[in-house]
Amino acid sequence: LSATPEIPKEDGRPKWDNKFQYILSCIGFAVGLGNVWRFPYLCQIHGGGAFLIPYFIALLFEGIPLLHLELALGQCLRKGSIRAWNTISPYLGGVGVGSWMVSVLVSLYYNTVLTWVMWYFINSFQEPLPWSVCPLNENRTGFNEECYESTAVNYFWYRKTLNITPDIAESGTLQWWLILCLATCWAIVYLCTIRGIETTGKAIYVTAIFPYLVLTIFLIQGLTLPGATDGLIYLFTPNLNTLKNPRVWLDAATQIFFSLSLAYGGLIAFASYNPTKNDCEKDAVTVAIVNSMTSLYASIPVFSVLGFKATTAYWDCLDRNIISIINEFDLPEESIMRQNYTSWISFLNSSYPEKIAGLKLKSCNLQEFLDQSVSGTGLAFIVFTQAIILMPGSQAWAILFFIMLFSLGLSSMFGNIEGVFTPLLELQIIPKSAPKELLSGIICLISFLIALCFTLGSGSYWIDIFDRYAGSVPLLVITFFEVIGVVYIYKIKRFSKDVEWMTGRKLNLYWHITWRFISPLLLLIVFTAFVTLQMQKPPSYTAWNPKYEGFPMKEEKVYPPWVQAICVLLAALPCVCVPLVALFHLVKQKRRNKDPSFVPPEVFSCQGPNS
Amino acid sequence: MLRALLLTLSVTAIAHAELCKPDAQNAFKVRISIKTALGDNAYAWDANEEYLFKAMVAFAMRRYSSKSTTQISNVLLCNVTDRVSFWFVVTDSSKNVTTVPGSEVEAAIRMNRNRINSAFLLSDKTLQFLKITSTLSPPVEPSTPVWLIVFGVVLCLIVAGIVFLIVSGIQKHKKKNEESTERENLEEKVEVTLENGIPCEALDLKAGHVNGVFAADDERFTSL
Repeated sequence: LSATPEIPKEDGRPKWDNKFQYILSCIGFAVGLGNVWRFPYLCQIHGGGAFLIPYFIALLFEGIPLLHLELALGQCLRKGSIRAWNTISPYLGGVGVGSWMVSVLVSLYYNTVLTWVMWYFINSFQEPLPWSVCPLNENRTGFNEECYESTAVNYFWYRKTLNITPDIAESGTLQWWLILCLATCWAIVYLCTIRGIETTGKAIYVTAIFPYLVLTIFLIQGLTLPGATDGLIYLFTPNLNTLKNPRVWLDAATQIFFSLSLAYGGLIAFASYNPTKNDCEKDAVTVAIVNSMTSLYASIPVFSVLGFKATTAYWDCLDRNIISIINEFDLPEESIMRQNYTSWISFLNSSYPEKIAGLKLKSCNLQEFLDQSVSGTGLAFIVFTQAIILMPGSQAWAILFFIMLFSLGLSSMFGNIEGVFTPLLELQIIPKSAPKELLSGIICLISFLIALCFTLGSGSYWIDIFDRYAGSVPLLVITFFEVIGVVYIYKIKRFSKDVEWMTGRKLNLYWHITWRFISPLLLLIVFTAFVTLQMQKPPSYTAWNPKYEGFPMKEEKVYPPWVQAICVLLAALPCVCVPLVALFHLVKQKRRNKDPSFVPPEVFSCQGPNS
Repeated sequence: MLRALLLTLSVTAIAHAELCKPDAQNAFKVRISIKTALGDNAYAWDANEEYLFKAMVAFAMRRYSSKSTTQISNVLLCNVTDRVSFWFVVTDSSKNVTTVPGSEVEAAIRMNRNRINSAFLLSDKTLQFLKITSTLSPPVEPSTPVWLIVFGVVLCLIVAGIVFLIVSGIQKHKKKNEESTERENLEEKVEVTLENGIPCEALDLKAGHVNGVFAADDERFTSL
């Protein structure tokens, strides 16, 4: 039987139920927690609307080409990352191994962040919300001291959730409530990924679409809050001067790169379940644009809520001052309002300066409150939760918000787990007769056991380390080798023919230029700049220490040497796989060359029968 | 007669003025924020309200010491400002021109704080006795923490889902195994006919071998 290339081969590989599922999975993987809590922060600190310029330039020259490359690669080779790179060239097998390793490391800590989200979610069913009031101290004469000096929200996050230790070297104990939530999260991940894309394909309909619904609800609600317009104006007012700072361009490039979840191997795995005759070019452009639009769309409700919070804090500051003045001078209530506060203050200052000085009034400045920018977990668990307390119907808003965060993170977890699962399935770690459910169960169980160390008192410090070192530099290195490998080792002419065969039209000049020159160059520049910036000062972290004299400010500490060694290990391990595997193969090849009966493997092509 | 009356009145007035003044011994400052508490339903603070206040303090003293000697006239108010804030002091009618010790007054007010607040439709924050701290009410703790209940529900749902998927997977696997063994048997027969059922090693290349399948159909062929 000779099969013509057009007839799809029944090779028993699982496939997507429909194209929409595939696109939705890629979008869900790309759209994650970073779109909500990192992009708005970057927009804010880098000159508002002006940040969009480097962002879209990076998207055009770095994001879309690299995304297209990965999707085309997976679709053509129809294999997971390790096997795929082995097929391109055995010397590049290390790229696949590095991808797989990064997926493993990121899955471990990413699910722990979801654990925190789940903890907050199940605590949102109480009235009043547990982070809105300080608990009493032992003899019930006042509030708990740590809570009183910082805020109730901070206390709930640092003490009741993390039970954080003041130093990374102090591990503390395992927090049983976090272990329960961690087990639940891994059980949910297992439930959804139990049979690979058969089950994630169904789950993705919910987890990828639901966040958009909630964002819309928050958008409508956020715009009706007082002070929302201040927040939005502050966010989007362009300050073109910031573009002179190279840090802005670096942040834009890294944000696009990490946001699209490149180099995890998950995208290659997703694309490998596609039929080969599929327009991967259109898919890549769609996914990248939807990801960026989502970031923009998410920043609107986030900043409305932050503007609301800043305005409320400003009003609280004014009200406190007004009460002190009224009490001191025994003026009737409501004689001083927020509007005539400044005129009253100047009048009183001129007539009774000593009394006013004695009151120790805080200066209230709205700009100052707006400037308090936070990103990451601080945004979600401290700032946003505080804003939610101020909204009417806080329980509902809290529940909605945390389910949204959980869905965003879960759909990204699917991609991460797929990047771990597909290569292992193809390497046949478990015998073929054993069910797929066993492999996914083993992966989830082992990951759960390892992730237990993140539930220690010092767990959140470790998660920061993983995020900063395992989830950043290795990705840049691996993607660089991906582009170089495809363009110069597999040869761009061959690859463009493959892509032409898959999409049905000739490869545009834009792809040629970006793949050959611009993207590798950009990656090299970003990598060097990134590493240089990290090396400029010794890596440090901020610790929550109630005994610190500047409490509630966080204490700046330097990592001890053994922790720094672990940081270097985390960053270097996936990168070092690339040369190691190449070296290993070189040695094997030299030994093989001495063996005369060896037949070299046939050259692979996308269009012919699969080897 | 009239002169004696005037004299006693002025003496009492002066005595009162000395007993009740800001920062006097055993005197307490009270601060009331009616507009903050009631908004549009705020009432004005006038002499009637002051009378009610004196009555409440007298009531508190009576309940606390359980001797019915404190009269409304024993409670003296002074320095009422627009804020509304004023000082008050409780005199002892048994001993002349002295005030009840501050600790007793404080204890009495503490004991009856709720009643005093309700009389004025205010709370601890809006009817402040500046030297008397209020005891904080303990937070309401349900017997089982709410989060544990929600967690239990979520976990049960997930475990049910996992068990369902595993069981259905095992059933599908068993069905596929049965189907594939059936198909294998069929294929073997097909293979057998294709390869003529003779394993290659058994073939004697020189002598040949009688083909059982065709041999059976010998009768059908016409002889040449």
